[in-house]
Amino acid sequence: MAPARVRIELPSPLRVLAELRSAELELAVPPPVTLNAVLDALEAAYPRLANTLRDPATGQRRAFIRVYANQEDLSHIPQDAPLPASIAAGAEPLLIIGAIAGG
Amino acid sequence: MSGVRVLAGTHKGAFVLTSDGRRKNWRIDGPFFAGWPVYHLKGSPADPDRIYASPASDWFGQQIQRSDDGGKTWSQVDNKFVYDGETGTHQWYDGKPHPWEFKRVWHLEPHPANPDVVYAGVEDAALFRSDDGGQSWRELPGLRRHSTGQRWQPGAGGMCLHTILLDPNNPKRIVIAISAAGAFRSDDGGATWTPINRGLHSKYLPDPTAEVGHCVHHIAMHPSRPDTLFMQKHWDVMRSDNAGGQWTEVSGNLPTDFGFVIDVHAHQPETIYVVPIKSDAEHYPLDGKLRVWRSRGGGNQWQELKRGLPDRNCYVNVLRDAMAVDQLDDCGIYFGTTGGQVYVSPDGGDHWQAIAHDLPKVLSIEVQTLANRAVPRARKPVAAKARAARPAPKAQAKAKRPAPRRKR
Repeated sequence: MAPARVRIELPSPLRVLAELRSAELELAVPPPVTLNAVLDALEAAYPRLANTLRDPATGQRRAFIRVYANQEDLSHIPQDAPLPASIAAGAEPLLIIGAIAGG
Repeated sequence: MSGVRVLAGTHKGAFVLTSDGRRKNWRIDGPFFAGWPVYHLKGSPADPDRIYASPASDWFGQQIQRSDDGGKTWSQVDNKFVYDGETGTHQWYDGKPHPWEFKRVWHLEPHPANPDVVYAGVEDAALFRSDDGGQSWRELPGLRRHSTGQRWQPGAGGMCLHTILLDPNNPKRIVIAISAAGAFRSDDGGATWTPINRGLHSKYLPDPTAEVGHCVHHIAMHPSRPDTLFMQKHWDVMRSDNAGGQWTEVSGNLPTDFGFVIDVHAHQPETIYVVPIKSDAEHYPLDGKLRVWRSRGGGNQWQELKRGLPDRNCYVNVLRDAMAVDQLDDCGIYFGTTGGQVYVSPDGGDHWQAIAHDLPKVLSIEVQTLANRAVPRARKPVAAKARAARPAPKAQAKAKRPAPRRKR
């Protein structure tokens, strides 16, 4: 099965860290398209982002990172569960957000 | 011509301040790692162009950045800090067991002779070491696994390992300090550790003279006398002359002996500096007057230093890693405040000037002395008028009253 073309939006501190010029990037992600698969592909393409979204000791999404798509909060679905088909199809971007937690 | 490079870690990035040996006109570069809290950055004594920095974010975790050109450009190196084996628990604020969790690097201590070797003190308290210029890190787990580890507890800022002192004469000796566990010493390169808290007295502990649990804020050492250590504890200024085997209080005539920073003059190993802070609840100077106090005799007798420092309405703090000295003659003394000011005294504390006024909250200050090197030209004198330093009205300046010893 061909890799999916997944669109991702990253928070600005990570765009600076990875030296990205645009808010959205596109990645080839092998199926099944899960959050872990997306983040694995992201870290492979941009090694500077390693461990910024998942804790290296536990592999879990960092506490202040949220994941949205299709106007839904996907933060709490298991990291190895398939993401909505619209993400895998590239129809909607996966929004990775730094949680709002004060100034 | 000689010069100095001041490395300022702040709540929203790092800044590099440079000047020639006169230390009058300063150039400020930065912010580097804009938006990221930078708890510490420090240069290698063996290679001043090699600087390590520790940006860390509650959102995105830890970074370790390295410069090989004196802070002009930076590269990300490894950011993976994983405790060795089972993590176990320490005490939480409520006294219940709490698992060790990595949060950030508080302090980076480059090896005195090898630029590729660097130690990292982290929260939750542990000591890590890199032998490859920060590209990989391994824990020295003997410290965290000390038999007292389950009794360590966080201070207000977290359970941080914030002080790392490497004995220049004995590569096997390391002294560290943890809030709030206390001070520890290793004489075998970090494999095993001994608590060195005898003589400390902390009223907030059930046993005020307990082996561990003391909130040590900072320890300083002069490299020519590594057995003599000076400590700013939560309350109390202390000294030890046997590498921490026994501590003696030297607070003497300080108006308050609460504080965070302590440092030693570069050429006078008995001349030490503190910034007294009102109390553990009120983290600002007494009476709104920012003051450095100097002892020329290793404590007990202290002199108030105030020329060029704010005389009124000053309610900033000076955090534990935010004081440093240069190696020039006269020795320069530097400190940064939570209000974003960086002050320098180019004459050992007699006169002060603000060399930065409006940085983000300063978390750490380190200084590199650059001998016979080209120093970037200062863009503009920023320190000609230390605007924060306003003379007090005469009547106020003369009004003497006994300095209260506000304690506990």
